[in-house]
Amino acid sequence: MFAYYLDLAFLSLRRNMMLTALMVLAIAVGIGASMTTLTVTHLLSGDPLPGRSQHIYYPQVDAEPKRSDDKEPYDKLDYQSAVDLWSAHRADRQAIVVDSRLKLSDPASGAPPIMSMMLSTTADFFPMFDVPFQYGGAWSAQDDASRARVAVITADLNQKLFGGANSVGRTLRLRNSDVRIVGVLKPWRPSPQFYMVAGGRFSNGDTADFYGKPEDVITPFFTGLDINDGSFWQFTCWSLPARTGHLQDAPCVWLGLWVQLDSAAKAADYRRFVADYAAQQKTLGRFTHAGNTRMRSLMEWLDFNGVVPSDVRLQTWLSFAFLTICLFNTVGLLLAKFLRRSGEIGVRRALGASRAAVFAQCMVESVVIGLIGGLCGLLLTLLGLWLVRQQPVAYADLARLDVPMFLLTFVLAVGASVLAGVLPAWRACRVAPAWQLKTL
Amino acid sequence: MDILPILSTLRRHKITAFLVIIEIALTCAIVCNAVFIINQRLDRMNMASGVDEHRLLHVALADIGASKDQKARMLEDVAALRQLPGVKEVASLNEVPFGNSSWNSGIKLDPKQRVSTLNATTYYGENVVNALGLQLIAGRDLRPEEYMDFDDVVRGAAAKDAKAIPKFVIITQNLANRLWPGQQALGKQIWLSEYPLTVVGIVKELVRPSIWDDAAKSYSMIFPIRLAQGQYVIRTNTPQDRERVLAAAVAKLKEINPHRVVLKKHILDDMRHEFFQNDRAMAGLLVGVCIALLVVTALGIVGLGSFWVAQRRRQIGVRRALGATRRNILHYFQTENFLLATIGIVVGMVLAYGINLLLMVHYELPRLPMIYFPVGALSLWVIGQLAVLGPAMRAAAVPPVVATRSV
Repeated sequence: MFAYYLDLAFLSLRRNMMLTALMVLAIAVGIGASMTTLTVTHLLSGDPLPGRSQHIYYPQVDAEPKRSDDKEPYDKLDYQSAVDLWSAHRADRQAIVVDSRLKLSDPASGAPPIMSMMLSTTADFFPMFDVPFQYGGAWSAQDDASRARVAVITADLNQKLFGGANSVGRTLRLRNSDVRIVGVLKPWRPSPQFYMVAGGRFSNGDTADFYGKPEDVITPFFTGLDINDGSFWQFTCWSLPARTGHLQDAPCVWLGLWVQLDSAAKAADYRRFVADYAAQQKTLGRFTHAGNTRMRSLMEWLDFNGVVPSDVRLQTWLSFAFLTICLFNTVGLLLAKFLRRSGEIGVRRALGASRAAVFAQCMVESVVIGLIGGLCGLLLTLLGLWLVRQQPVAYADLARLDVPMFLLTFVLAVGASVLAGVLPAWRACRVAPAWQLKTL
Repeated sequence: MDILPILSTLRRHKITAFLVIIEIALTCAIVCNAVFIINQRLDRMNMASGVDEHRLLHVALADIGASKDQKARMLEDVAALRQLPGVKEVASLNEVPFGNSSWNSGIKLDPKQRVSTLNATTYYGENVVNALGLQLIAGRDLRPEEYMDFDDVVRGAAAKDAKAIPKFVIITQNLANRLWPGQQALGKQIWLSEYPLTVVGIVKELVRPSIWDDAAKSYSMIFPIRLAQGQYVIRTNTPQDRERVLAAAVAKLKEINPHRVVLKKHILDDMRHEFFQNDRAMAGLLVGVCIALLVVTALGIVGLGSFWVAQRRRQIGVRRALGATRRNILHYFQTENFLLATIGIVVGMVLAYGINLLLMVHYELPRLPMIYFPVGALSLWVIGQLAVLGPAMRAAAVPPVVATRSV
């Protein structure tokens, strides 16, 4: 029976190519637009650390003397607070992060130096964020303490400088210092570059830059401060630092601290620890107010920063509105198509077809249209994503269709066509056979 | 044209009529808002910068070397650049319009204030007003003897030494109007933490290097601070010269010190182009969506129109046989479409207004100007009429003899 309906559907679709093409086009364009934007939103709003993100937290305290407890603390920490919290080692893992720009070269090759970003962090960064290594590995906690001149480089930089070969043990010149490469990462592209996200609430929705690539070179935190002294940027300062770019003793916030807490009990303990730390600093006179501490989980932190750019959200809304219009269009056309065949339906009903049979036949036809529309919509989605990749935005290279989105395209297309088909099919199966036969 | 028969026919085709109306309404609502956003973006892209854009070049170098003679190097660079043919002015500064990297500071109108009145960007550098080609509309430029070295200022601030902090400032007209609405700003004081600065000059416009909030886009100040940061802005004599001068300037700077890395070298027009690339992409996308929407809606009207004509072939034949002219039939369908479009437009306008309210809350868009309503209505009427023309002509071509068949 189903095969027969399918035959009928194709027959009917061929009979009025123009109308069929219009419906397929409407569905395809609607699906193409909404799937393109949905894919981008899906890629940008995803969990950068699936399975681990619920254990990762971003503690904050407020060292600014002139503020009070009723405002959000700044997005980053001052040096003293960050190092105190970090060196307490009260979490399962903890890492300070800061990035800076510097001149980088391979002293062996004599090639001109390039300007790069350097991430300075502590040893726990790699296991905590599950950073994959191609060659070598992370440095040790000992290296952190001894300010060892070591570095980990990304696959990109390894490709650029060493042609992708195992460069562990080689020397890299960072500004005026030589460091030994101890590890090379596998291609690693977290989306967003979550560990550096901060200040999203001040960006007015223009947050595309959170989706940039990780820094080229990663050094131990204190080593980085030594090597690139004078080149660190503050998140903000409450009075001018004594030396620009040297912020260790400055009244500035500029460091991020990430901690891993493997259970809810530990998270509660750590929250208390951070609050106690602030209270203690208040007693010591360094803080003027102690109640302003926060500890958001990774996903809460990304949400707080509104990482998905507002333009992307706007585009998603727009494309769904577009799909809705295409849907209404399809409903109208299907209605036209089915009711035009009222005579034929009348004959089928008179010959004994039940209303359900007519309804089923009409639905099969709309689903066929939906599938063809979905297929064309898939092509349009691929085209749309290609267009996104041509855009000058930081997340351009991420815009690719993955398996769930590929499947969703067809679910959406069939869903849309079923939705569009219900009303016309209902109307078609209510056709009164006697009246139709009389007018034949 | 009598519209009562049309209304009674439509009442019998409620669903189809309803579909056309809702499609037109949604299209109207979305297109109105999309065009509004496009216009917002275009306005933003045409934002005045206040600088002599077509004749400006920007060069940024990294690491002049953390040596003691930074200032001497900077002076040497500036002198050498000024010697180049085609160069009118040169300045070493800390930030450039559309550079996307900015130095900002909170300012207060009273030293006792706990919270800053607002946040403005701070341009430092000798000869900035001339080099950027700013238009001074009141007061005077900063004088050479008022300039201080950046490093001294930083040291002075750390030591809380008020003598080492500049005393004068130039601000933009917009900033002046915001701080002292309706008053003369010249001679007034602003406070940077505990240090007062007197406004000695007002420039017509100077845009911030990075713009988070369009309302604050021209909150800029220029301080008499000299700094050697490896960033230069060059103003050429003519716009035609700029590419050549840029190449010559980079070559010259490399010649003076071959060990530094050129971070950025571009003409300001390109910086503006790059600065607004997101707005341009978004506007382009919205234009595409609007066109696609209008086409889909028009095709929908064509489809339903054709269906109605086919369904009413016999009625049309009867009317023709009873004496209706082709023109009558044509007008019938055109009026019908006009009625549907009108209802759709009315509903659409309400929807457009609702969507705009939503966007105002979530995306900080301004209110939709009234002019969009008549323009939107007119364009949808036109599109509706164009779309229905084909089916209506086909209806008008139905011969009266149809009435006599298969009755």
